[in-house]
Amino acid sequence: MELKEITCIVCPLGCRIQVEMEGGEIKSVKGYSCSRGLEYAKNEVTMPKRTITTSVRAIGGHLPLLSVRTKEPVPKEKIQEIMLELAKVEVKAPVKIGDVVVKNILGTGVDIIATRNLYVK
Amino acid sequence: MLNYDIVIIGGGPAGLGAAVEAYEKGVKNIVIIERDKYLGGILQQCIHNGFGLQEFKEELTGPEYAQRFIDKVEEYDINVMLETMVLEITPDRIVKAVNSKEGVFTIKAGAIILAMGCRERPRGAIMIPGTRPAGILTAGTAQRYVNMEGYLPGKEIVILGSGDVGLIMARRLTLEGAKVKAVVELMPYSSGLTRNIVQCLEDFNIPLLLSHTVIEIHGKDRVEGVTIAKVDENREPIMETAQYISCDTLILSVGLIPENELSQKAGIELDPITGGPIVNEMLETSVPGIFACGNVLQVHDLVDNVTAEARLAANSAIRFIREGEFGKSSIIVKAGNGIRYVVPQKINVDNIEKRIKFRMRPVNVYNNAMLVVKSGDKYLLRQKRQRLTPGEMVDVNLSKDILKNANFEEGIVFLVEEG
Repeated sequence: MELKEITCIVCPLGCRIQVEMEGGEIKSVKGYSCSRGLEYAKNEVTMPKRTITTSVRAIGGHLPLLSVRTKEPVPKEKIQEIMLELAKVEVKAPVKIGDVVVKNILGTGVDIIATRNLYVK
Repeated sequence: MLNYDIVIIGGGPAGLGAAVEAYEKGVKNIVIIERDKYLGGILQQCIHNGFGLQEFKEELTGPEYAQRFIDKVEEYDINVMLETMVLEITPDRIVKAVNSKEGVFTIKAGAIILAMGCRERPRGAIMIPGTRPAGILTAGTAQRYVNMEGYLPGKEIVILGSGDVGLIMARRLTLEGAKVKAVVELMPYSSGLTRNIVQCLEDFNIPLLLSHTVIEIHGKDRVEGVTIAKVDENREPIMETAQYISCDTLILSVGLIPENELSQKAGIELDPITGGPIVNEMLETSVPGIFACGNVLQVHDLVDNVTAEARLAANSAIRFIREGEFGKSSIIVKAGNGIRYVVPQKINVDNIEKRIKFRMRPVNVYNNAMLVVKSGDKYLLRQKRQRLTPGEMVDVNLSKDILKNANFEEGIVFLVEEG
């Protein structure tokens, strides 16, 4: 039996969650206070995921950058690869908040979406 | 002279929240005055996620959270003056402002809502010895460079202070290819949220050095390195522990200060601990008809709480323009043992509908302690709290019925009881 102690990052409460594992399987989860926390804890011991928030180059917009994020959390180990991929991306203004900037990034099944409006300069 | 029912100073989350609430409650002759080119305030550069879990039940980034309110301001066609600087407000609610189109002009306000936010404590305020090279900047400035302007301010970075913006920037700079060598924190605990320690530092193996500080900055034209040392329980550096870290950039995340120069000019009384106005249960300052909400009142951890506070300020402002002055606040609210401050600082029970929310910060980290509200010797409330830390604001709701038991002369005191 292995006990893993996790701090939940879903919301600012920062619940401390204990997950009991045996042979790679989850035996019990304690200390969470919502269903999102339970899901986070389960993922964290099997496949930890994070939402990536960053920016990409923007052309002809009122700002030189467009802020973007992964629409859903992606596997933590992919973070660096995705950042390197996004370093190559350029978008042209105008862009609307929520627009897909990159579809299915690196085959993760997750889209990169704009998190702000970008107007033509 | 222009005339508005409510003048809102600041177009960040507090100002936007107040404006939307006032409009939805039927007061439409209002104006938001914002000195920047755009609405949204500091949220626009906070491109990380974690906003809106309470307000919208989903996890948004800063710009997304701001846009929800900006969309409403546009839909309702609320008056907005951008690139306009308020120069002065007077106790009789005359607002003097300036912009490049109108020059200097004045507005007569039925009520004023202060929503100017806060600014960062700079190097000068913490007196780090050493040279004055380029490469020393506050976390918010670094955030603006990276997220809005597209510049990486350095490649090898040390961060002093573990406030949330500093932690967020540790991750952000790492993602953009910089090497964050350490986050150095004077106190024995972090002043940031636990979730940020986990997802910004632990995820990227960035060391957090508690009870440490920067004792010297090296470099002539550009930062070349810093000397850090452990500090003792009096926060004095222990010189034997000094070590040199080479870096080209030092980022400061050492606290936020509510921006209250305008309030002071208007004769509004400030709380020396929060740096914000002293307010009553309506979030009214010591000057009748002038209200405060958001980080200009007290520095918040969560924008969702700023929005909630802005709503209260808007409703209070509406009540003021419709009914006139509120009765005198007779109960003084005090911070006792273990509590640094409490907002509001005074209350009038007659103005409270059902219950009232007090916000406060503890002075230290306490585990399994009792949060206590007393009036004289009488206990009004005892609540068990698993964890109290200065980095996380604490809410306490008190009902009108409980407050009726308070002794007016003794006031009420919030404190922590250990063990």
